[in-house]
Amino acid sequence: MRERRGKEFYVLAIFFTVFVIFLYGPVSAILILSFQGPNGGLTFPMNGVSIHWFFALFGEQLVGDFKAAFLRSLQLGLVVMVVTIFVSVLTGLAFRKKFFGSTFLFYTTVSSLIVPSILVSLGIGLLYNLMEWEAAWYSSGMGAHLTWTLPFGFLIMIAVFNRFDRSYEEAAKDLGASNWQTIRYVVLPIIAPSLIGVALFGFTLSYDEFARTLMTSGVKNTLPLEIFGMTTNVTTPTLYALGTLTTIFSLVVILTAMGIVFYMQKRRERFGTDAGKGV
Amino acid sequence: METCINLNDLNKWFGSFQVLDSINLSISTAEKVVICGPSGSGKSTLIRCVNALEPFQSGSVNVCGISVEKNGRNATDIQRRVGMVFQQFNLFPHLSVLKNCTLAPCRVLGLSDDEAGAKAMHYLERVRIPEQASKYPADLSGGQQQRVAIARALTMEPELMLFDEPTSALDPEVVTEVLDTMVDLAETGMTMICVTHEMGFAKQVADRVVFMDEGKIIEIATPEKFFSEPTHERTQFFLSRVLG
Repeated sequence: MRERRGKEFYVLAIFFTVFVIFLYGPVSAILILSFQGPNGGLTFPMNGVSIHWFFALFGEQLVGDFKAAFLRSLQLGLVVMVVTIFVSVLTGLAFRKKFFGSTFLFYTTVSSLIVPSILVSLGIGLLYNLMEWEAAWYSSGMGAHLTWTLPFGFLIMIAVFNRFDRSYEEAAKDLGASNWQTIRYVVLPIIAPSLIGVALFGFTLSYDEFARTLMTSGVKNTLPLEIFGMTTNVTTPTLYALGTLTTIFSLVVILTAMGIVFYMQKRRERFGTDAGKGV
Repeated sequence: METCINLNDLNKWFGSFQVLDSINLSISTAEKVVICGPSGSGKSTLIRCVNALEPFQSGSVNVCGISVEKNGRNATDIQRRVGMVFQQFNLFPHLSVLKNCTLAPCRVLGLSDDEAGAKAMHYLERVRIPEQASKYPADLSGGQQQRVAIARALTMEPELMLFDEPTSALDPEVVTEVLDTMVDLAETGMTMICVTHEMGFAKQVADRVVFMDEGKIIEIATPEKFFSEPTHERTQFFLSRVLG
């Protein structure tokens, strides 16, 4: 006999269903509409099925410069990712000890997450204006992205190091390891899965960042800005094709990260058996 | 006899709390010393000072002819000569048993993978666990992990071994396998300091037993004398509780 389900099960089930529809409904609509026939419009019904708009996306008739914007966002995301990992690991290590001003530094860093993004963007934009520097996606834009990704990375690393058992380091020290060797061969490998998480987080936060980029990207747009611009002047399903492509790209990034984690686990297992065979 | 460790008027405070109070202790090469005492008496801190894992405020610690600097600046020199086995094993979770044992010889001593591997297998055989070389620490029982930890420390060919309550975290049925390994090790002439509550081990192996309480050494005696006629009241009280 199965246990009878209570009322709360059905309430939660309905809530969850609505949530899923709300989350994936619009995305699916865009996905489907991007395969609109050559004579189809921006809305249902579908007028045939084709991949016409994907070709149109790379054609010259397009108003926006999607490819360059994508490349800019990609480069920016990668640089921001690397800086975020590097800095958050170091700050995470530093914050394992109390030091003069550590509490103050902690709150000033994290407050960047509370300040409305558009204000951060405006502030950086104004500063560049005042100093008569030229704002650009790779300078002011990158700074703006880092104000977003670094506090996140920093918080993750604090959580990671809170759980990290320092006795592993003591064991390494006792075996004669220098500080660097302890970090390199013991600490970093143990926290590696978290680092992949920080990397993925840093990249995606930067890749789809809109508000903080708005006033800081200078004359050239990042992809989210470009897409936003296109919504106002592109009136064909090309827009949907672009949406589909960028979504696929995000999925590929996430799957790659998962693949790396999976590979690391497999490699661990394989090396395990190798060792036993005396290879 | 050659002196291996010399602690002279060693004092250490955690904040305002004095954990070690004027410790004087000299240990010869190949000597086996068991340190016991109630929890919080400073036993672990004492041996952690010996391999420079803990800084101290005053006094001197001399290990293998090297004077440990208070701030631990020459810690690595000491730690290469001293092996330590921890209560919680502290095996590296991301490495196989074999790699746990070869990491330090490769990276610190600069041995080749083959040399380090051969050495690691030698010591894994010595702790009678070579068949587990390819497994990960999480796949082993506590007793097996602790034996691997002993093998790992031995691969650095330390001049002395420290044991920090090596059996306290183990299930009762596997305590013996770890103690047997330690007895084997003692028979090879290794200098050993063991913080332990295993009084049977102390009787069997120790040359001297040190009893500590509240950061002080209360009594040092041979096991025969220590267990049959302890001189200090606090030792008597402790023994009556431990031995039941």
